[in-house]
Amino acid sequence: MNRAIRFSPLVLLLIVIVALVWRLATPVDTNVSSKLEGKPVPAFDLVAGLPTKPGLRSADLASGEPRILNIFASWCVPCIGEVKVLQDLKARGVHIDGIAVRDRPGDIADFLARNGDPYERIGSDPQSQVQIALGSSGVPESFVVDGKGVIRYQHVGPIDVSDVPMILDKLEKAK
Amino acid sequence: MKRLILFVILLAAQPLHADSNLPPAYWANRQLPDANQEAKAEALMEELRCLVCQGQSIADSDAELAGDMRDLVRRRIAAGEKPSEIRAWLMQRYGTWISYKPTAEPAAWPLWLTPAALLAVGVFLIRRRIRTKARG
Repeated sequence: MNRAIRFSPLVLLLIVIVALVWRLATPVDTNVSSKLEGKPVPAFDLVAGLPTKPGLRSADLASGEPRILNIFASWCVPCIGEVKVLQDLKARGVHIDGIAVRDRPGDIADFLARNGDPYERIGSDPQSQVQIALGSSGVPESFVVDGKGVIRYQHVGPIDVSDVPMILDKLEKAK
Repeated sequence: MKRLILFVILLAAQPLHADSNLPPAYWANRQLPDANQEAKAEALMEELRCLVCQGQSIADSDAELAGDMRDLVRRRIAAGEKPSEIRAWLMQRYGTWISYKPTAEPAAWPLWLTPAALLAVGVFLIRRRIRTKARG
């Protein structure tokens, strides 16, 4: 038996250990990103999530100015923190529209009364169909949409205070 | 005693739900009346990956989004759409990630080539063995 064959189990073991250490050190990114970045928002027409606000159609997003399309829900815990950051963005002149996933008007109203309301329009997506059409995999998620209605950036998870400069930059680039 | 009280209180505790208050979509847990269509829908649902419980198919997952995706699949199959079209529509949105069915893209080549390579190694080992035996 020659040397190479005799040491091959040890080499295999080392390869396995290196692979394990590498994966433990850099865990897999479990976020699923939408492949629609750079493409127009798919056509949709959602009824109003609140009686006091208009609903949301895809055509509303091609408004000539960049906007944020925020996917949220009243039953989503991280959305509570995010909606405060969105109000900060609104105060800086950013246009924000919302899609409420699997939600009820009363619950949305309570959620906004308690946490503040940054939305110009809110569409109701009771069976996540528009969420799926957008390639979104959860709440909250946000899309930066340019003036022509093209998706320029997708943000998976809540927009944190520390993300604000980056989001403003994406909006600037979408002009 | 304290422990017992704590235990009883914990028994009554409600798990924290990260789910909505709406019922499942109509076709989420309901079979299509046409058995042929239902079979097609089920075969496709087995091969679509759940976005929430990653690693489960949408047929297996209890996540609400998986239910909504089953509803979408059944609705489209009932409307006459082909399973391959629905899969392609979802892959446009979520990439090849969403489908369990291996594709022919370069990243999947090792998957297709490994069985052939292992077979070749096996043939090589057997041939060597037969030769040494014949000589000895």
